[in-house]
Amino acid sequence: MIKNLKIYFSLFKITFYISAFTFGGGYIVIPMMRKYFVNDLKLISEQELLDMAAIAQSTPGAIAVNIAVLVGYRISGITGSVITCIGTVLPPLLILSIISFFYKAFRDNRVISAILKGMEAGVAATIVDLIIDMGQGLLKEKNWLLTLMAPIAFIASFIFNINVLVIIISCSILCFAQTYIKSRQGGR
Amino acid sequence: MSKTIYILFISFLQIGLFSIGGGYAIIPLIQEQVVNSYNWLTLQEYTDIITISQMTPGPLVVNTASFVGIRLAGIPGAIAATLGSILSGFIISIFLYKFFMKHKDIDSISNILKGLRSSSVGLIASAASTIILIAFFGTASIGVKGFSINITAIILFVISLFLLRKYKLNPILIMIFTGVIGLFFY
Repeated sequence: MIKNLKIYFSLFKITFYISAFTFGGGYIVIPMMRKYFVNDLKLISEQELLDMAAIAQSTPGAIAVNIAVLVGYRISGITGSVITCIGTVLPPLLILSIISFFYKAFRDNRVISAILKGMEAGVAATIVDLIIDMGQGLLKEKNWLLTLMAPIAFIASFIFNINVLVIIISCSILCFAQTYIKSRQGGR
Repeated sequence: MSKTIYILFISFLQIGLFSIGGGYAIIPLIQEQVVNSYNWLTLQEYTDIITISQMTPGPLVVNTASFVGIRLAGIPGAIAATLGSILSGFIISIFLYKFFMKHKDIDSISNILKGLRSSSVGLIASAASTIILIAFFGTASIGVKGFSINITAIILFVISLFLLRKYKLNPILIMIFTGVIGLFFY
């Protein structure tokens, strides 16, 4: 029981802390989650985290919240997912509630703008670091379709601005078809 | 009062349900509900909230929900709207996770998950490219005339990436480090 409470508390503490630093889009939480839950606490494996990230991305809603929910669920079931969800939502909820009273002054604040401008480079570097690691994993993959899927998704999204939902559904159909056809051929 | 809270909840439930992929793609979606359908915010206020959302931590949809909720119905409104915005993601992501874990021995299903993982690398790279463009050139689209190259940002990026790859530094420390440098240089 005490051990459970300890895990619940650390789930809350870590997700709250990560959420307070989630600038520049939801993907930044993946390397942060990796740092705490995979490397430090060893509660989940890197593969599991990447699976969760892929599912979180393919689900409606904010990616940062969805990943937190899945990490909590994997570690402590539904209770865990509720705790990590609250931990993730609380910082923006509190901050926005306070700022809503003087948002014009906040919007025009030069100091905050300068800090955020600096952070842009940090966000970019952290995500590029993650992509390098993920890309190395993909190159080891022996399935050509899986290796090609990453650059295709990139070009579709970045160059042609194709809707993420369309990319995700096409990718699922292709991957399902590939194994289905393979298993049919193998069966003959 | 309670009717407003109910409408806030339902409206952000819809927003949450249809905002897939996140990022800038969902800005017009929220605008449709919050500005055009319900007139909860003026277009100017909505533009402000997008700016503020980029200045504060947390997902855009949660930030907007908190902001609109508290202005319309105080703290209960903020909680109702935020809850609505995350509920569908909460339920569907756990459902999908259980589905993939239950059937991970079936090749065709586990291959879908592998495919989603590969495409997510591409989609994350796409988001990263947008962030890099904004950080280095101050614009999100390629080929716009009159952009300027931000040398400070490029140097900061290279140093951060080096620290991350070489010393596996905590990403949160990187955020604090680049934020402090920004304070002095911009």
